[in-house]
Amino acid sequence: MNALAAYTLRLGDDALILSQRLGEWTGSAPELEEDIALTNIALDLLGQARMLLTYAGEVDGNGRTEDDLAYLRDEREFTNCQLVELPNDDFAATIARQLMFSAYQYELYAALQHSADETLAGIAGKAVKEVAYHRDHARQWVLRLGDGTDESHTRMQQGLERMWPYAHELLEDDGVIQELKGVAIDPGELRPSYDFVLGVLAEATLSRPEIDWHPSGGRQGMHTEHMGRLLAEMQHIHRSHAGASW
Amino acid sequence: MTATDVSALYRMVADIPDPEIPVLTIEDLGVLRDVRIDDQGRVEVTITPTYSGCPAMDVITADITQRLAENGLAAVVRTVLSPAWTTDWMSEDGRSKLAAYGIAPPGHRTDSVVGVQISVRCPQCGSPDTRQVSRFGSTACQAHWVCRSCAEPFAEFKTH
Repeated sequence: MNALAAYTLRLGDDALILSQRLGEWTGSAPELEEDIALTNIALDLLGQARMLLTYAGEVDGNGRTEDDLAYLRDEREFTNCQLVELPNDDFAATIARQLMFSAYQYELYAALQHSADETLAGIAGKAVKEVAYHRDHARQWVLRLGDGTDESHTRMQQGLERMWPYAHELLEDDGVIQELKGVAIDPGELRPSYDFVLGVLAEATLSRPEIDWHPSGGRQGMHTEHMGRLLAEMQHIHRSHAGASW
Repeated sequence: MTATDVSALYRMVADIPDPEIPVLTIEDLGVLRDVRIDDQGRVEVTITPTYSGCPAMDVITADITQRLAENGLAAVVRTVLSPAWTTDWMSEDGRSKLAAYGIAPPGHRTDSVVGVQISVRCPQCGSPDTRQVSRFGSTACQAHWVCRSCAEPFAEFKTH
């Protein structure tokens, strides 16, 4: 697979897998408005994933559609970061992930809308406005829970500790990015996302987790033990009824 | 094909309603970008999504294809992303229709609109004394509000 296809695919996989995870909150969020908010965010991410996977299939040149890529690849062929595949866990953990991921995705799309690749620029220009909303939604919850009651503060801090190590992978550099100068975004440009997160934590009276270990490997197709189950749920209908359509 | 014919084709599809907010047409919404005849004589209609994941796009595509087919015309519906749709593409007529329908129309954008909450006027009683209940509503493009004056809940078409 060429570098442009590989890069587009990983962005699409991040959006697709997080969309699938957030969709699990349907009918079980702490309140109705939040149920709707998380699934609206999931829908935005799914729309981004569809455009990115469609484009990845085009530039890859093997005639694969968005559905082929979403439903017919196996675990080792997915190149999403591990953060997005982690179970939702406590609501506060989901919100911690939303803060870190949307902060990252906001800077990513804000930069990518000036990419030399017109299609990626177009998708990013569309998506950055949606992600600004996701980021603000997460920020408001982190402030409310972190600077809330003892219980909400404790759980927000725990959720943060749970997700924190996995955010490191978002800012990793590799050969695919290096090969796409002017097209892909250098992780160094995404540093403001980290500063944004730290700013929110301070405002929310939360502590930056003191955790040094950080897992990696999602971009090479290595995933946590949770990924297989997620894919089984996401893919089984398509695979059980091959070729079926509405 | 003359310019007059193309404008007749434009009018043929312009009043197709949005499937989620049927009081608006795709022209009001600013989703309809262009209508032309391609080199194979088919009607090429260009639309743009409001939000990346908007499920209405598939329905709008099908509705355009059907509307033209009913008139004996073959259609090709293209989706473009750039320039990205904003609520500034919505017509003034569309804004008035939304308000009459009970949905607060979007404001005009500034470049840093997210995070700044401006008061939204209640579409029922006109009071500016309103409160946002949820930033997300029944569709991707709406937020949920309640009016403190008349106590009625209402939707706002988000400035985007």
